[in-house]
Amino acid sequence: MAMENAKLHDYTAGTAVINGHAAPSELLPAGTEAPDFSLHVTPDQTLSLRELRGKPVILAFYPADWSPVCGDQMALYNEVLPEFQKFGAELLGVSVDGVWCHRAFAEARHLHFSLLADFEPKGAVAQSYGAYRRADGFSERALFVIDKSGIIAWSYRSPVAVNPGADGILQALEDLPE
Amino acid sequence: MATLNTQVTSEDHFQGAENGAATLVEYGDYECSHCGQAYGIVKRVQKHFGKGLRFVFRNFPLSQMHPHAESAAETAEFAGAHGKFWEMHDGLFENQQHLGGPLYSKLAQDLSLSPAGLQQALSEGMYKDRVRADFSSGVRSGVNGTPTFFINGKRHDGPFDYESLVQAIEEAIGGQKNAISA
Repeated sequence: MAMENAKLHDYTAGTAVINGHAAPSELLPAGTEAPDFSLHVTPDQTLSLRELRGKPVILAFYPADWSPVCGDQMALYNEVLPEFQKFGAELLGVSVDGVWCHRAFAEARHLHFSLLADFEPKGAVAQSYGAYRRADGFSERALFVIDKSGIIAWSYRSPVAVNPGADGILQALEDLPE
Repeated sequence: MATLNTQVTSEDHFQGAENGAATLVEYGDYECSHCGQAYGIVKRVQKHFGKGLRFVFRNFPLSQMHPHAESAAETAEFAGAHGKFWEMHDGLFENQQHLGGPLYSKLAQDLSLSPAGLQQALSEGMYKDRVRADFSSGVRSGVNGTPTFFINGKRHDGPFDYESLVQAIEEAIGGQKNAISA
């Protein structure tokens, strides 16, 4: 019983199950050190968060590749990329899709930024950011802006069905101290 | 709730009365098929509300995905600079499958605009800044795909079929009336 109670309150582990219903996970808030990770960015290359120290990083967790609408979230960010780059920021898309899926998706949409495969163990990075939907088996639509020293400056979770756009990210980048 | 960050001004392309009861702003892309669908729907919505509805179109070309989106937007702006924005806007959406140089020239000719002048404007990127400014204002306002609509400054997150748009606009107008009478 004590174990179960502990589990119920362990929000950091991702989606908590309360009375059998999945409660929204609690995102890591601003001020927290961003958990490091190392994920495949191509079939033979990995990327670690710590390699990007010294510049702001935008981590965009999203449920899955191949969303069926024109201008889905990743396609939108692809268009807004020059605006992100004005802040020297690096954009990383993260989903549980595998590297080959990401590659096909990135090619089809002409994406000019990296997609990371949070594939094995599935969703582990999303979980460490409190952005995993355990019941669904994919991540939240969750955004993090990490400052150049590796501290989360802003985080935001959008309802899974709602593309959050880019305005929050740009505002967070603008608010970063020089 | 996302709100329009750049107010509608006389610089915008608009139809309907300047001080109408409601303002519908669309951020759109001439090559986006969903915007193509929305084109006909918006026409019906405009008919329904008449002059009381001010309709504004701003450019949001997803040019990485749609190779003709930027040139089409600049073509509409070229026509706009010569007082023919809406005619060109309609022509582009009605021929969405054929966007490209030959169509732009033909539409320009039909509107008594100079195809050579248009060609020059496109190659010199004369209207690039204008299109980019629209795009940036959209990004800052929370545009999250195309088409994105704003009704009286608030992003419309629901579906954009005729009934949904009419209802959302009516609610916006009703809300205003209530606020005035209260």
